[in-house]
Amino acid sequence: MNLAPPTPGLSATGLGVRLGGRTLFEGLEAAFEPGRVTCVIGPNGAGKSTLMACLAGLRRPDAGAVRLGVEPVLGMGGAARARRIGFLPQTPEIAWPIDVAALVGLGRTPHRTSGRSPPDLAAIASAMEATGVAAFAARRVDSLSGGERARVLIARALAGEPEWLLADEPLTGLDPGHQIDACSLFRRLAHESGYGVVLTLHDLPMALRLADEVLVLAEGGLIASGPPAEALTPEVIRRAYGVEARLVAGHHGPVLEIVGRHAA
Amino acid sequence: MTALGFALRRPSPLVLAGGLASVLLLLVALSLCAGRVWIPLNAVTAFGHDPRWTVIVELRLPRTLLALLVGAALGAAGAALQGYTRNHLADPFVLGVSSTAGLGAVLVLYFGLTAVSPWLLPAGAMVGAAAGLLMLLALAGASSSVVTFVLAGIVIQTMATAATTLALNLAPTPWAVDEIVNWLMGAVADRSFEEVKLAAPFIAAGVALLLSTRRALDALTLGELGARALGVNLAAVRLRIAIGVALAIGASVAVTGVIGFVGLITPHLMRPWFGNRPGALIVPSAVGGAVLLLAADVLVRMTPAAVEIRLGAAMAVLGGPFFLALLIRMRRRIT
Repeated sequence: MNLAPPTPGLSATGLGVRLGGRTLFEGLEAAFEPGRVTCVIGPNGAGKSTLMACLAGLRRPDAGAVRLGVEPVLGMGGAARARRIGFLPQTPEIAWPIDVAALVGLGRTPHRTSGRSPPDLAAIASAMEATGVAAFAARRVDSLSGGERARVLIARALAGEPEWLLADEPLTGLDPGHQIDACSLFRRLAHESGYGVVLTLHDLPMALRLADEVLVLAEGGLIASGPPAEALTPEVIRRAYGVEARLVAGHHGPVLEIVGRHAA
Repeated sequence: MTALGFALRRPSPLVLAGGLASVLLLLVALSLCAGRVWIPLNAVTAFGHDPRWTVIVELRLPRTLLALLVGAALGAAGAALQGYTRNHLADPFVLGVSSTAGLGAVLVLYFGLTAVSPWLLPAGAMVGAAAGLLMLLALAGASSSVVTFVLAGIVIQTMATAATTLALNLAPTPWAVDEIVNWLMGAVADRSFEEVKLAAPFIAAGVALLLSTRRALDALTLGELGARALGVNLAAVRLRIAIGVALAIGASVAVTGVIGFVGLITPHLMRPWFGNRPGALIVPSAVGGAVLLLAADVLVRMTPAAVEIRLGAAMAVLGGPFFLALLIRMRRRIT
């Protein structure tokens, strides 16, 4: 990816969302940098998916704004926003058993081209190349395994040639091997291709391995942020999840061990 | 790029389109010949130099054109509704839209409004279709569950049928009842160019509107959130589908009565040939629907029976078992 005009950062200012009379979070401030993997973690119901939808411009927050550079994402218009921010929803739906290449081709929708023009085909081919799914381009999506499907869906997002890649729980349902594959793919996309990558994760040890930056969403706001080894302290994890955890030295850096439920 | 060689697996779209077009031409020729009396093809090609020319132009031609138009409307509407709802069982008839269009037309007939203007009949049917579709979307909402949609359709169909029955019940003369019942059964027999003129512009506009949603329907393969993430404006798509279906189905029902199942069956017949991409199925389904309805009508005409079987009844006999087979196949997939 050509980074000649640098990818603008994604930022949230004063972000607040209420859901059914309950405040999910408020006054949330966060800045995301391109070329890095940022993981949003937090307990169930903390509002991670809602935050991602706001960041992707798919949900209007009750307060505050999300900006790409200086531009508010909500003011950008659907197609213009979609060309710059690729979003992978949690529990992705694939309603019809179309071919893998056709599914990846859906990523071209915001470009409003025919979907078969030379730039379209080039983007589709390079997205399939980057995710290693070119070999099964002609297969129907209902014949894919979970790991293959996850890669195809990432390829779909890349085919739109966005600047940002936002994925909600992209590792759910993958076995450990495929989780590691997906993680290294996200890291490569950020570090080598310059994408801004923002993910939500449930797996704390995985977040520690994968992220350049973590945001811990709990108690209606961000309770910690920074490089994972600094942000994921036992105190933060106890506050967020109510569990006892400790960092232990491993072969490839610190490893997070969850000891048990915190006795209040 | 070999990775994109997936298109080569099926016969090329051009070959398929050629095949469909040949079948269509063959059926049109057959449709001009077949009827109460068989008119040989050389009488058709004699262009006016045969005494039977009047029968061909005044009876068979409008009947053929109407079958094509209405078949195309039903096929396109079925494909668009299945794509939009991501539901294999969606169809203007199954979802109750045909019935509400029928009710709209019945009310126009009942109050004798056709005397004011013949355009009020398609207008009434279109308003009925639009109301039915809006009720459906309000009832089933954002849910893409097959069951929710079909149940909502049944509710709407039941209410529309009840209201139609009430109108028949209160009808002033037995003659009016007879006329409405006959019309409701659905047929393209004994129609003239007046009906063609009445329906054609609305069907064309409706199908064009449905065609404009192709890319959005493709994107909806990824669900509503997935489509929105691709920049699709769902509210605009919903409005286009609603107006497009209302125009096409309203105009069809106004001139031919209620003919079910064409919209349900056609997309399923087209998928093995044209693939599962919902946007790419609208045009084949329109042509396929035209072929299917014309074939059924020719068959109805050629069946030796004391009374000609109504096209709507014939399609229901054909479509009922198809609906059942689909349900069984889907249940097997779920369990």
